[in-house]
Amino acid sequence: MISELLSATVLIGILASGIRLATPYLYAAIGETFGQKSGVLNLGVEGQMLLGSFAAFYVAFNTGSLWLGLLAAILVGAAMGLAMAYVTVNLRAQQGISGIGFYLFGLGMSELLFQILMGTVETAQGFPKVYIPGLSDIPGIGEIFFSQNVLVYGAFLLVPLSSFVLNKTTLGLKIRAVGENPDAADSLGVSVARIRYFTIILGGALSGIAGASLSIALLNVFQQNMTSGLGFIAVALVYFGGWKPLGVLWGALLFSMVNSLQLWIQVLGIPIPSDIAVMMPYVLTILVLIASVSRVRSPSALSKPFERES
Amino acid sequence: MTDQDTKLPSGRTRIENLEMRGITKRFPGVLASDHVDFDVKSGEVHALLGENGAGKSTLMKILYGLYKPDEGEVFLNGKPVAIASPTDSIDLGIGMIHQHFMLVPTLTVAENVALGLPSSRGFMTDLDVVSKRILELAKIYGLKIDPDAYVWQLSVGQQQRVEIIKALYRGAALLILDEPTAVLTPQEVDELFVIMRQMTKDGHGLIFISHKLHEVVEISHRVTVLRDGRKIGTRPTSEITKQDLANWMVGREVGLTPDRGTVQRGEARLELKDVSCDSDRGTPGLRGVNLEVHSGEILGIAGVSGNGQRELAETIVGLRKTTNGRIILEGGDVAGLSPAELTNRMLSYIPEERMRDGVIREFTVAENLILREHEKAPYSRSGFLDLGEISRHADELIKRFQVKTPSSETLAKNLSGGNIQKIVLAREISRAPRVIIAAQPTRGLDIGATEYVREQLLEQRRLGVAIMLISEDLDEILALSDRIAVLYEGQVMDIVPRAQATPEKLGLLMAGIRSEESLSVVK
Ligand SMILES: Nc1ncnc2c1ncn2[C@@H]1O[C@H](COP(=O)(O)OP(=O)(O)OP(=O)(O)O)[C@@H](O)[C@H]1O
Ligand SMILES: [Mg+2]
Repeated sequence: MISELLSATVLIGILASGIRLATPYLYAAIGETFGQKSGVLNLGVEGQMLLGSFAAFYVAFNTGSLWLGLLAAILVGAAMGLAMAYVTVNLRAQQGISGIGFYLFGLGMSELLFQILMGTVETAQGFPKVYIPGLSDIPGIGEIFFSQNVLVYGAFLLVPLSSFVLNKTTLGLKIRAVGENPDAADSLGVSVARIRYFTIILGGALSGIAGASLSIALLNVFQQNMTSGLGFIAVALVYFGGWKPLGVLWGALLFSMVNSLQLWIQVLGIPIPSDIAVMMPYVLTILVLIASVSRVRSPSALSKPFERES
Repeated sequence: MTDQDTKLPSGRTRIENLEMRGITKRFPGVLASDHVDFDVKSGEVHALLGENGAGKSTLMKILYGLYKPDEGEVFLNGKPVAIASPTDSIDLGIGMIHQHFMLVPTLTVAENVALGLPSSRGFMTDLDVVSKRILELAKIYGLKIDPDAYVWQLSVGQQQRVEIIKALYRGAALLILDEPTAVLTPQEVDELFVIMRQMTKDGHGLIFISHKLHEVVEISHRVTVLRDGRKIGTRPTSEITKQDLANWMVGREVGLTPDRGTVQRGEARLELKDVSCDSDRGTPGLRGVNLEVHSGEILGIAGVSGNGQRELAETIVGLRKTTNGRIILEGGDVAGLSPAELTNRMLSYIPEERMRDGVIREFTVAENLILREHEKAPYSRSGFLDLGEISRHADELIKRFQVKTPSSETLAKNLSGGNIQKIVLAREISRAPRVIIAAQPTRGLDIGATEYVREQLLEQRRLGVAIMLISEDLDEILALSDRIAVLYEGQVMDIVPRAQATPEKLGLLMAGIRSEESLSVVK
């Protein structure tokens, strides 16, 4: 049984799908990282993903254009981000609670729209694999890393890109300052509101892409509640990753690899009760969160609304 | 005038003259600023004096664009200007060093300076360029600073230098310093004054707020006094003495040195035996400290900040774990007891960081006044608070301690710094404690309030309370203490009786130097 899991083809399969499955985690968790770095906790990621996922599928299915589908997901996610920003920045609502509100909204709305607009589960053609010339021919490595679809490549490119933005740009400096000491940033003329609007909307757009990656790149269907907690795991990954894109990458890989293993166990018919196998990522979330408690300090102003004294 | 004359070393044009006219600001229940006129000229230090809550910070926050005035105008070189936000004031060449520092601890010095400024590399940061310019400015003003250090690693004095550099870097021609010396050691104050003198020589205008009159006399050219939001007057510093200033400010005669009287020293109430603990960074905070505080005495703890004072206070009141040794409160070992249990043994604590540890900012004055006793009669009965009793208690203490607040229902965060300190003091003293740990009890207080707090501590001493007074202000230590212990690198260098203590002797001990004659340990 174990020997089956260890054969080369199976191992390559597990790793390749592990890389692929990291995609939604990466988009969502990196989006969340931007928000939290600026001091906003967005627990509505899951809802943004669900609506993005539906929008992508619906538009792609009806127009035949995957890119239009992706754009729809980005717009829907960004619009939810905008609403979240208004509620948390202007109305100074408690961030955890409003995030849960946005999650429930996304969950219900995606279900409702699905019932009204589609009714039945359809499948579609998702983003095709793109074989990187030369590299994809390397045995093993080629299949694992260089024979994926465009959203997978995008997710991995996002890691160095977001690292660069956060650490090497003036925008990143402002984001970090606003999340640590908004009063200080404000006293230097940095608009706390504008920075937080930016990060929350960006986070929403990335969550939208995360949702799209499920419905038009990985699974190529839309089903009710198809994210099943993935958005919440993404939030946990931000803590695990210590608010750093590279840390988030390791976390995302850990989860996606466990997920992939779990799927292959089921595919190969290894007799572990499927409920237990499905539970693995969630149990892992709890373990990981326990392990990452107090390992790194969270941004000081995280989840605190900002208000100039008078 | 040639161009050379009107330019500052930063290249910015001087602000020859800045005038605030008729500034009025109302907060709910308070007229914080009442038609105040104020002006500063290039090349001068204009000191702003006034009791706690007089409206100094408010006036300055208006000038910096943090508060919007209800009435009044600002003129820059004679022309009216609109200042709606810090961006506007920075553009006009106004910088401010806040009473509470505005730095991001997790960022480096260079990053803090660069924050919010356009970069020479477009959207990318140019920290190397910024660092170079910081070092240039540091050289002009003789500031020692490492652009790559993280702010959390810096001492308070160094952090203040970062604040000054931040303002200079932005080309501030006029700099507001709101109580910059409150948290500095005497040496650091001297260094600050050197920088300030250099800045005025170059043509900057400086506004200086302080409660320490000798500093005002030493550094300023003119003094303006505010009282209850109104301007009392402006005078050249050369025409007035410290005592004049004190009387002018408070509106009555004030005694600058309190009368101690003699008190019979009683039994030892608090004993520390070989106590050690760790600091926040995991390094040793206290190393084998032995101390005794007796009934009816004030034991002064002198030392340069960061030599274990905070750790000492926190271990005694149960906020920090000891790694070794025993703490004995009235005969019983209390090391490891919770702050609540220590409260029940009538230990009172006046913390140094009163904003953080002394009050709950979002609670009302009345609620803050019963924090320690809220579970006891008459404030609560079988779990229910008696709000009537609580507010009666609050009104009484507000009157007795002269707390300036619109009502007992005002939130603590809306009081001025000095009045927050009075609330802590009122709460800790009014419960008839057996032992008081007072850490920097007069820091940031105006002279009237300082006089009051010192009198209260002496009164408690007369009543037989054992008091440990931790202070970086040597004058205060010398004025109040019966014996003085000097802390250096977490160890007690020596314990000196008041009669044998001189500033010079204490100064040497504070620097870690044990002179011949003080080697004899006095018990
Ligand atoms: N944001 C605010 N909301 C309500 N009241 C305020 C606010 N800020 C200040 N006040 C009130 O305005 C008055 C002036 O306060 P301010 O902070 O200007 O005093 P200050 O002269 O700087 O005193 P200190 O020496 O204690 O710092 C005080 O009565 C204070 O309670
Ligand atoms: Mg003030």
